[in-house]
Amino acid sequence: MKPAPFEYAAPKTIAEALDILGQNDLDEVKLMAGGQSLMPLLNMRLARPSLVLDLNHVEGLDGIREESSGLRVGAMTTKRVLEDSDLVRSQYPLLWESTVAIGHAPIRNRGTVGGSMVQADPASEYPAAALAFDMEFVVMSSAGERVIQAEDFFVTYLTTSIEPGEILTEIRIPRLPPGTGWGFQELARRHGDFAIVGALATVRVESGLCCDPRIVLFGAADRAIRVPAGEACLEGAPPSEASLTVMGDAVFDAVEDPLSDVHASAEYRRDLARVLSKRAMSEAMSRAS
Amino acid sequence: MRHIRATVDGEATEFLCDEGSTLLDALRDSLQKTGTKEGCGTGDCGACSVIFDGRLVCACLVLAAEAEGATVETVEGISKEGVLHPLQRHFLEDAALQCGICTPGFLVAAKNLLERNVDPSEEEVRFWLAGNLCRCTGYDKIIRAVLNTAAELRGESS
Ligand SMILES: Cc1cc2nc3c(=O)[nH]c(=O)nc-3n(C[C@H](O)[C@H](O)[C@H](O)COP(=O)(O)OP(=O)(O)OC[C@H]3O[C@@H](n4cnc5c(N)ncnc54)[C@H](O)[C@@H]3O)c2cc1C
Ligand code: FES
Ligand code: FES
Repeated sequence: MKPAPFEYAAPKTIAEALDILGQNDLDEVKLMAGGQSLMPLLNMRLARPSLVLDLNHVEGLDGIREESSGLRVGAMTTKRVLEDSDLVRSQYPLLWESTVAIGHAPIRNRGTVGGSMVQADPASEYPAAALAFDMEFVVMSSAGERVIQAEDFFVTYLTTSIEPGEILTEIRIPRLPPGTGWGFQELARRHGDFAIVGALATVRVESGLCCDPRIVLFGAADRAIRVPAGEACLEGAPPSEASLTVMGDAVFDAVEDPLSDVHASAEYRRDLARVLSKRAMSEAMSRAS
Repeated sequence: MRHIRATVDGEATEFLCDEGSTLLDALRDSLQKTGTKEGCGTGDCGACSVIFDGRLVCACLVLAAEAEGATVETVEGISKEGVLHPLQRHFLEDAALQCGICTPGFLVAAKNLLERNVDPSEEEVRFWLAGNLCRCTGYDKIIRAVLNTAAELRGESS
């Protein structure tokens, strides 16, 4: 399998990268991060750019920095770095669980955090984590910098609100409020496959009642989604099996039209959304304080 | 055309490649290192596994142009002066291959695992090798071979 011919550029600075973007027809340029989604598309000739702009040599786009409010993760930071980080594993366990569920070791060695966000696969773990954490996306263009909130970032299948000519440089990941419990569940036929459906849940428990519950699904719609109707059932309710049942039914009703494909029917995905969101929320309740 | 200088299997190497060719194609076509196999070209099978600057990658998902200045280790550098690497020996002894198309990828991936962790649990071996597909063996013998090699490398008899 061979890609159609293209030119290759490997700029060393953001300014140089933006310059190259400015000099080219934006429809003909593809930015490349880890290449773990882009290279298959090139190999299968589903993408035929005339220029591939490799971001791997651009300075200052990788690494994790910790601040009091949370993490700043360079867009080009690989999943391997997050997986091997004690800080992420101990302080951001929901992010760590989301990371190790992605693909296989070689995919996580090369694939970047930013690449997964911009790829915006509806069955991908990271966009769901972005909604669970209220992450913020810092993007640069020749016009300067802007910050996009997670809820505005993911538009639909493989589409984000990043404009052509913009480069994602950083992802800001707020710390979850103290006492927040979390849960992560996904079902895939084999470990490392894209999820059929997955669910992330967070909640706090104050005076014996659920507070700020959050449910995020992936693989259940055209993008990762929060389920406000399910969350509303839990707010102020006791963290009990009965509350979870009511919540699960609300999730089932809310996921009206999931994908139906060779991996699973829409009905099955809908039922999985119910089952996995209940399991994830049950884990979150048991970890909350 | 691009002129690439890299260290491949321990040797300083130069080669020419198309801008758009993958590292897998450069290894097989420009350097005749056909030990590295192509199964899918999409990252799913792991037959093309190589170690790129110390990290296990799918060579079909890396551009040859990215290899400038890099260190690449393929299956062809695993045996030294005609002596099989313990992993290769255990793959033979434990019958961990049948048709053999997946074997180079498994060897490279397993070597990389044992360099990170010489005492992996069975679960860790299976987790690490999840990106390598085998249509013949049913995996169990491959996992045994890797665990037996690890035991030998730790100085325990297997
Ligand atoms: C076998 C296999 C299994 C996989 N399993 C999973 C899985 O289970 N879950 C999962 O989530 N993913 C999975 N993936 C996808 C993988 O996680 C990719 O690494 C990820 O989707 C893209 O990240 P990347 O760094 O490789 O980006 P690339 O492939 O290089 O780029 C992806 C897209 O994002 C754009 N882009 C990248 N970086 C930027 C930036 N900084 N600014 C603007 N645009 C940018 C590119 O132009 C391209 O359109 C799998 C991939 C393979 C091959
Ligand atoms: S050929 Fe590279 S993973 Fe299959
Ligand atoms: S031995 Fe035939 S595919 Fe593994």
